[in-house]
Amino acid sequence: MEQRQQFTHSALPYILLVPQIAIIAVFFFYPAAEAIYLSFMLEDPWGLSSTFVGLENYSIIFNSAEYLQSVFFTLGFAVVVSFLSLAIALLLAVKVNNILHGKSAYKITLTWVYAVAPAVAGIMGGFIFNPHIGVFTDIFASLGWDFSLYTNPFDATFVLVLVSVWKQVSVNFIYFLAGLQSISYAVNEAAMLDCESDRRRFWTITFPLLAPTGFFLLVINLTYAFFDTFGVIDTLTSGGPGGGTTSLVYKIYRDGFIGTDIGGSAAQSVVLLVLVLLLTWVQFKFVEKRVHY
Amino acid sequence: MKKQLITGVLASLLSGTTLAATNITWWHAMSGQLGETVNTLARDFNASQDDYKINPVFKGSYVETLTAGIAAYRADQAPNILQVADVGAATIINAPGVAKPVQDILVESGYQFDNKDYIAGVRNFYADSNGKMIGMPFNSSTPVLYYNKDILAKVGVNAPKTYEDMEQVAKKLKAQGYATFSQSLTPWIMFENFKSRHNLPVANKNNGFDAPASKIMINTPDMAMHFNTLKDWSDKGYYKYYGSDWDANQQPFEKEQVAMWLGSSGSFGGLRNRVDFELGTTYLPYWQSMNKDAGRTFIGGAALFAIDGKPKKEQQAVAAFFNFLTSPETQMFWHKSTGYVTVTKAAYQLTKKSGYYQEQPDAEVGVKQLSLPGGEWTRGYRLGFYSQIQEVMHREFDNVFANRTTVEKALSNIDKESQVMLNRFARSVR
Repeated sequence: MEQRQQFTHSALPYILLVPQIAIIAVFFFYPAAEAIYLSFMLEDPWGLSSTFVGLENYSIIFNSAEYLQSVFFTLGFAVVVSFLSLAIALLLAVKVNNILHGKSAYKITLTWVYAVAPAVAGIMGGFIFNPHIGVFTDIFASLGWDFSLYTNPFDATFVLVLVSVWKQVSVNFIYFLAGLQSISYAVNEAAMLDCESDRRRFWTITFPLLAPTGFFLLVINLTYAFFDTFGVIDTLTSGGPGGGTTSLVYKIYRDGFIGTDIGGSAAQSVVLLVLVLLLTWVQFKFVEKRVHY
Repeated sequence: MKKQLITGVLASLLSGTTLAATNITWWHAMSGQLGETVNTLARDFNASQDDYKINPVFKGSYVETLTAGIAAYRADQAPNILQVADVGAATIINAPGVAKPVQDILVESGYQFDNKDYIAGVRNFYADSNGKMIGMPFNSSTPVLYYNKDILAKVGVNAPKTYEDMEQVAKKLKAQGYATFSQSLTPWIMFENFKSRHNLPVANKNNGFDAPASKIMINTPDMAMHFNTLKDWSDKGYYKYYGSDWDANQQPFEKEQVAMWLGSSGSFGGLRNRVDFELGTTYLPYWQSMNKDAGRTFIGGAALFAIDGKPKKEQQAVAAFFNFLTSPETQMFWHKSTGYVTVTKAAYQLTKKSGYYQEQPDAEVGVKQLSLPGGEWTRGYRLGFYSQIQEVMHREFDNVFANRTTVEKALSNIDKESQVMLNRFARSVR
């Protein structure tokens, strides 16, 4: 006789789930639904009048050269920031992992940047790269680089990337270091007997074993570059010069909060929502396939 | 125990309704030293009588304050008084029933009101097309020209009155190795106030006063001429464009890298304390070729709006506060401690009599410029989604002065994009 596993169904698990679901519903589903609704409306900021305008808000977005520029900037910025943050953190983690003495001193110095809020990091960057009093502006000038944070979009993007990466490296570093420490020493030792090239051992043994951590960090870093860099952009460049550093999130804030164009801003956030969903789907579909847990 | 509690609550309720003063809230955007001065104003008002008590609350920048006010209004939690900047004036004035005109609030509570008491440039900016004052002008300033007397004396020139003079001065300064000028806030100084100074329209529909405007006068021959000249001066090293950031354009003047700076009339106090050179102040330059009788400029800064739909008692409190605020003594105190101009003529006369302008001649320039003769286009402007339009201007002017676009293309872009926004705004306020 086959024995069936029987579970007694009680309401308890559902009751225990309710708080979590309630939080998700109130803070995620409800605002998202509201944004979708507003994206089809033309509404005055005070909520006095509201007209259904169909897809007008979307057609304005997709016909705007500025919006397209913002999409390109955001994607490029996200790729560069994520790649650099991950690469530098990995390099540092591998190097620290090989150190025998004074490891904790390195760990602490590399980690504490994590405590700096993006907005604060942005303000610090604003001082260091200020066109009139910035230390680095002077250094660049002496090297023959006519650096200008407020008038040259390339220079502004350079500073944004630098500050955003600087801030993010520490988080990645902690995760990579933890990942490295969880790789069994036996595996490394066996590899050492077979192959003496440090570099080859890293790419064939260590890197694949780190892949799950790396994948997790990739998702986290792209999200960071998309959303959390808002504070850095707001305090450093405010989306300028020439609109060259306006990320999608920053544009939503500017149009919705500063410009009080609720419908247009809502449509942009719906587009961003779809974009991020798509990106996450691509990551799980294609990148995760190559990750072995 | 319980009984005691209930009696206690009852007692406090009773005293609340009979004895305590009517409380009103005032959301403002005045940070730092300005915030302290605002608190002093509120304290003085509260001490001056027993019936009303005003509570000022700092809500962040102008934008944050307006956003907070809007959110609160939608949730029926609006403050009694909301400070809204010039840029946001259309947002609140075009919203029917949000703000109660200060004129009504004062008259209904039995105070005298005559808009002729207010300085000419101040009177109409926050008023409707019939001249009825909606917002109470609070912190008002206007763009003026600051100059470094030491540098100008060394080169042997006087401060320019016109842009024609400016070019002559610039040549001489250049020969001595000086850049001539920078300016903070291009849309404010080079568009809005440029138009007002030359008595040219800012937008159609009577500058947006009669009905929501659908077009701003940005792609016009006067703008093309002016910006092409500025670009030419920038190429020659006369004019320095340091981006759209306010401080980035002010600092070079303080560090004597440029000889002149166009900025706010309210900036003189801070400037004077920070610079090592002799500071001079004069009117905003104009093109003699465009209008030889150039007149007054607009007020910048912000106004106080009374939110409608509050209990009568609270509206009376608001009226009492506005009455206190516009008294000559309060105005003079505000003018002297912040650098913002006095909004009433009586306050200006009182300040003049106090001898303040003998020791601080810079303080008077803004008031005098706002009292210059005006024309049909100098009342003010009312433009919807205007802070977004200003963003477009900043973007395009950034590109112009970095050689990434031409003046013609930039003006045409601003024209097109602003029309889309203005039309949307006009439909949203129907």
